[in-house]
Amino acid sequence: MATVADDHHDHHDHHPTGLIRWITTTNHKDIGTLYLLFSFAMFLVGGAMAMVIRAELFQPGLQIVDPHFFNQMTTVHALVMVFGAVMPGMVGFANWMIPIMIGAPDMALPRLNNWSFWILPFAATLLLSSFLTAGGGPAAGWTLYAPLTIQGGMGVDLTIFAVHMLGISSVLGAINVIVTIFNMRAPGMDFMKMPLFVWTWLITAFLLIAVMPVFAGAVTMLLTDRHFGTAFFNPAGGGDPVLFQHIFWFFGHPEVYIMILPAFGIISAIIPTFSRKPLFGYTSMVLAVAGIAFLSFIVWAHHMFTVGMPLIGEVYFMYATMLIAVPTGVKVFNWVATMWRGSLTFETPMLFAIGVVVLFTIGGLSGLMLGITPADFQYHDTYFVVAHFHYVLFSGSVMAMMGGVYYWLPKWTGHMYDEKLGKLHFWLTTIFFNITFFPQHFLGLAGMPRRIPDYALQFTEFNVISSLGAFGLGVSQLLMAYIVYKCVKGGEKATDEVWDNPEGLEWTLPSPAPYHTFETPPVIK
Amino acid sequence: MVRLNKAFTVSLSALIPLAVATPVFAEWGLNLPTPVTPIGEGILTLHNWILLICTIIFVGVFGVMFYSLYAHRKSKGHKPSQFSHSTFAEITWTVIPTLILIGMAIPSTAMLIKMEDTSEADLTVKITGYQWKWRYDYLDSGVQFYSNLSTDRNEILNKNEKGENYLLEVDNQVVLPIGKKIRFLITANDVIHSWWVPQLAVKKDAIPGFINEVWTKINEPGIYRGQCTELCGREHGFMPVVVKAVSVEEFDAWVAENAPAEEQAEETQSGVSGGQTLVAVSAISTEDGADDPAPAIR
Amino acid sequence: MNRRLVLRLLALTVVMFGFGYALVPLYDTLCVAFGLNGKTRITDTQTAAADGVDEDRWITVQFTSHTATGLPWEFRPMMNSVRVHPGEVKDAVYFAKNNSSNPIFGRATYSVSPSIAAVHFNKTECFCFTNQLLEGHEAKEMPVRFVVGRDIPKDVKTITLSYSFFNAEQYLSEEDKNKLTASTKRNSAGEG
Repeated sequence: MATVADDHHDHHDHHPTGLIRWITTTNHKDIGTLYLLFSFAMFLVGGAMAMVIRAELFQPGLQIVDPHFFNQMTTVHALVMVFGAVMPGMVGFANWMIPIMIGAPDMALPRLNNWSFWILPFAATLLLSSFLTAGGGPAAGWTLYAPLTIQGGMGVDLTIFAVHMLGISSVLGAINVIVTIFNMRAPGMDFMKMPLFVWTWLITAFLLIAVMPVFAGAVTMLLTDRHFGTAFFNPAGGGDPVLFQHIFWFFGHPEVYIMILPAFGIISAIIPTFSRKPLFGYTSMVLAVAGIAFLSFIVWAHHMFTVGMPLIGEVYFMYATMLIAVPTGVKVFNWVATMWRGSLTFETPMLFAIGVVVLFTIGGLSGLMLGITPADFQYHDTYFVVAHFHYVLFSGSVMAMMGGVYYWLPKWTGHMYDEKLGKLHFWLTTIFFNITFFPQHFLGLAGMPRRIPDYALQFTEFNVISSLGAFGLGVSQLLMAYIVYKCVKGGEKATDEVWDNPEGLEWTLPSPAPYHTFETPPVIK
Repeated sequence: MVRLNKAFTVSLSALIPLAVATPVFAEWGLNLPTPVTPIGEGILTLHNWILLICTIIFVGVFGVMFYSLYAHRKSKGHKPSQFSHSTFAEITWTVIPTLILIGMAIPSTAMLIKMEDTSEADLTVKITGYQWKWRYDYLDSGVQFYSNLSTDRNEILNKNEKGENYLLEVDNQVVLPIGKKIRFLITANDVIHSWWVPQLAVKKDAIPGFINEVWTKINEPGIYRGQCTELCGREHGFMPVVVKAVSVEEFDAWVAENAPAEEQAEETQSGVSGGQTLVAVSAISTEDGADDPAPAIR
Repeated sequence: MNRRLVLRLLALTVVMFGFGYALVPLYDTLCVAFGLNGKTRITDTQTAAADGVDEDRWITVQFTSHTATGLPWEFRPMMNSVRVHPGEVKDAVYFAKNNSSNPIFGRATYSVSPSIAAVHFNKTECFCFTNQLLEGHEAKEMPVRFVVGRDIPKDVKTITLSYSFFNAEQYLSEEDKNKLTASTKRNSAGEG
């Protein structure tokens, strides 16, 4: 396929400086940086809410917040982390790395790119401003289940609008990614030569376009149910509350993979570099990602086994869910095979990658357990589920992003980060993460429901441990901010290759990567 | 490889008693609580087996990985080989997990069929979730009451010492006979709730406008405690379920004592339907939650 | 080239937004087809009873009711249960009374359990999903006519029919109310 690199040649030679540069920028690297900074800021905001949750749960009894505010915290914590931290973070990586990895000078639609980003801060402000309304923020859980959401105050409406904006932003971002990958690849960069990170993002982008509009539709129906006399979900008007759950999870399950697939891509970039060996089973990795994406559309109701489905439905969704373990297993086995008989070193990115593979697999296995319908009746809506999705989302997506930051930071800034501090950050994160979330498996099995501000006395010990872990986990993340700041400000000069003979076009560029790259397409062997 | 196999066997033999010896775990609150129903026992067995298989897979895969991390590290001078695919390996680790999954699916399906069979029940209890309490209607005898959290507010607010069954105690317990097949019809008044008693292994959503069915058969007398498990608003954490399982004789006596007299049955029924009065009356919760067990701290 | 792809992707976005809405009727269709959520078909008596009565089997049909908070009505089945043969046309009656002194519109949803039976439960006359007006302190009997299909699975011995009444006022404009009031042929067009 031809490249359109030449069309973009002369636009960006002079760029403004200061604040105006960041507001008006159409440069994929600037926008990538903005996305990543925004993501980290949201990570801290959502994290602060998690601290409130864990502080309240530190002891039985109501200490710090009242139950309604507690519900707002769990709801907004999830919304902020999902839509504010993880998704934009992944888009940040896409912006920075995809054009470089495929030898393109920029994203295909640079002005749209600027737009997609600048929607985000306004959406986030809208979402957070819901706390200032009379009824407070949304308190019905991030799943926004009707009819509870219909009861909420104006905060719910603000949340719905914020979700619309976030949805528009991610769909625009996804369109940009697809167009870039389809039309901007350097000559010779065939689809099956693209780095796995590009592949995972291509598939993620299609998932985004397929499900974000469905979610937008669902919340729009909520909005009209709340204010305009429709009754999609309200039984009082002849609606069906379970319908909302079906529509929500039709979006919600692919959404989970939207958050994890790019993480798989990052891991697949890091592990070969530090194993000094090519990625094992590239083709099957691509197929596995495509398989996972396909399956994500046909398993949604495993989130709602307890709503009372006919037997045949329960059996079908159980089997389909169990199938996901196969392609996911293939990925894990391929990563292990990549390390096998390599020449391994353990720099910070590699530590994070190994951590992700191990911990994500714990989340994957608990996910398999949750997929077994009869057992799910016991696990459903307990802390077992909370533990499960933090193992896949935090130690899957978030830790993969941290690994990705350390991996590419020298390329972005031109300086090496502080390796000692980086490793310290990894160990603190991993240890505190496990202290926080591993005991939650036991809490869930023992019978502690999720989303409760207070609990029976038999749950006390594990909650204390979990809260202590959470505080440690929260504080440790400030270290990352310091490491990145220090690296941006200075440090040992990074070589162009940075690591030991890594694969990929990004390492053929100087460090730091110049403002404009690949204005003449590179030659792909 | 020999050493690896040995390590594998050792870790396995250490794990099996851990995962199978559930009573010990249950006392520590590490595993599902001791079940008191046939379904609960079935689920516990299923859960233990799946957990065991998952643990073995985990230890196996990461045993290999950590061995690699140790043996193939650069600092030890290991030279990287450059292989990047092996069709045999790829097929193996697609087929074997598939077989394991099929092995898991068979008993799970059988279990599920048992769980969904609500036919030929001896007794039907209708459960209605309210913000934030439960209501029980014994359809066969006309017994009906609300069940509210009975924990003292001061305990919740840390002013008084917390009792043994803190947050898991109610004013009116659901009395059920042992050894009988009990069918629950579950619905809700306002938003979605979920009725859960872990030891009975019964969890079903209560959805306004719709009814769900689920059944249980309790093996032994006792008091079994559970909670609402679907976020239902501010007091979601404060609407527990307490089941008191008694012998059939005791149950009959309890019914006789609490059932409305034949003539009054109609009257009471009417009262209930209007949502006004009940045997164990408690006012329908108001919008500002004035009757709520846990006051807001603002 | 970019433009064409962008337009296609935007079109896909719009289609998927529409698909979200299309799930609403699609879900209803599936519900009725498979008895999801205990939704049943409404058919005419002749079709439902066309196959004749299966005298050898008995099915117990149980009736329950719920009146949601916010509707000051009393609403209950006149009988707890009834035994029927598959294929037999049967009537049941619910009793409703407005305990307040104002006219109020209510609306009922129904649900049949177990869901496997819902597909075979044919209601030929029903007050569900239509707005029902009760004047202040008015009492009314609400009939349901149903036929349990002959093809109902053998292991189903009990079927529960549940009605929940909700206050429908918020879903009705004054105009709708007037129309409904007129159509129920009442003299007192009492609107508050």
